[in-house]
Amino acid sequence: MALSTDFGPATALSCRECGTRYDLGPNFACIECFGPLEVAYEFGSVSRADIESGPTNIWRYRSLLPVPADVAAKPNLQPGWTKLIKADNLAGELGLRALHVKDDSGNPTHSFKDRVVAIAVEAARNFGFHTLSCSSTGNLAGAVGAAAARAGLESCVFVPANLEAAKITMASVYGGRLVGIDGTYDEVNRFCSELIGDTLGEKWGFVNVNLRPYYAEGSKTLAYEIAEQLGWRLPDQIVIPVASGSQLTKVDKGFQELIKLGLVEPKEYRIFAAQAAGCAPVSTAFKAGHEVIQPVRPDTIAKSLAIGNPADGPYVLDIARRTGGAVEDVTDPEIVDAIRLLARTEGVFAETAGGVVVGVLRKLVENGVIDPDGETVVLNTGDGLKTLDAVAAQARPAAVIRPSLDAFRTAFAN
Amino acid sequence: MSVSVRIPTILRSYTGGVAEVTGEGGTLREVLQKLDADFPGIGGRILDESGKIRRFVNVYVEEEDVRFSGGLDTSTPDGAKISVIPAVAGG
Repeated sequence: MALSTDFGPATALSCRECGTRYDLGPNFACIECFGPLEVAYEFGSVSRADIESGPTNIWRYRSLLPVPADVAAKPNLQPGWTKLIKADNLAGELGLRALHVKDDSGNPTHSFKDRVVAIAVEAARNFGFHTLSCSSTGNLAGAVGAAAARAGLESCVFVPANLEAAKITMASVYGGRLVGIDGTYDEVNRFCSELIGDTLGEKWGFVNVNLRPYYAEGSKTLAYEIAEQLGWRLPDQIVIPVASGSQLTKVDKGFQELIKLGLVEPKEYRIFAAQAAGCAPVSTAFKAGHEVIQPVRPDTIAKSLAIGNPADGPYVLDIARRTGGAVEDVTDPEIVDAIRLLARTEGVFAETAGGVVVGVLRKLVENGVIDPDGETVVLNTGDGLKTLDAVAAQARPAAVIRPSLDAFRTAFAN
Repeated sequence: MSVSVRIPTILRSYTGGVAEVTGEGGTLREVLQKLDADFPGIGGRILDESGKIRRFVNVYVEEEDVRFSGGLDTSTPDGAKISVIPAVAGG
């Protein structure tokens, strides 16, 4: 590549399956074995003080990410440093000693996707791409549209046409093109893979396809923030939602890096993965003891997790097994219950994916799988305002009355 | 039984840069065998040492992921369109 690129501490792409190394480029699959490529680094010395003196967004961890040192000065959405909420009410209700909710609905476009897209934008700039694109279940499309607008790039995003109305509106408002495709997310994804090989998609950065190795690294910042916000300590247990499996895989990578760099004490933590029963290929494989994922056709209200053929599913299985965790799933009614439980106990209105996580947490507690005495973190990756329909039937006015005290007295006589 | 096979970018070094080639065979297994005969080495990129589809490769016959439809035994009628695509993630 003739461009002069600056990826900070990143030095190469490396195949996660067979270890073959490649120069840093817009590539995502290994030529030898089709395995996914990952960013490899040579970290300098990184101290807690360096990080703590950085900005209150993901760029405080820039020395651990494939981005140039001056990344914070460029126009971007500055995502991250979201709240880690000490969830004592929910902990009490579930019988847990110590529980935290990492609430990523506080990001600029109200989902964790702003983290990953911010890294992909830097890669797109490095490679001289003019258009930012993605296949998306909704949250990512919004994050790409907004980030492209801020960065001064074109955008064109692809989603299943039947998404929640709020996600379609939100992803369209930023001025780029949104294209609805008659099909499932997996079909949208396949379409994008073919578009990349075509001249139509030339100079396009598909954040989750040809920029995926860079993009995926953004999820490590969830791990860094959780550890720093706990006082530079890893939790005992963490519950993470699984769509493609990329986020869970990278949270594990982030924890491991913190240990290797001496930023936290070494510790054995357990990682639990959460899926919706209507799209649970990884949970099914885990329970059956399989190493290969059989794809499914998704049918769940948790549309942001509705990936029937999860590319990083095999790694989720590896990590859950290695850390002594598990993969569990909950039904749509359990998801709705869990959204309301979190809202009622902690004042956090999660989207359906957050309901999946809290529902799975409750199930793991009830089944005795999670240690109630361990310090536990759960992720809420998105905002309930984007999936209002999920709870609209249950979350209703207590009464509609005339504006008089008598009417109020009558309505609540009991 | 003539079929068309769409080749992903990273395998086009085997096909001289061609994105779509003509294949032959009544099942996906036969099509891939013929493909490897025409473009030596390409089969080993799609199938692992034990002859199974590699875990990060998706193969579609028409619009159907073959993991739904019988894997390598999926029938490939005359004129069928086959796509080989690396697995990708997202959300």
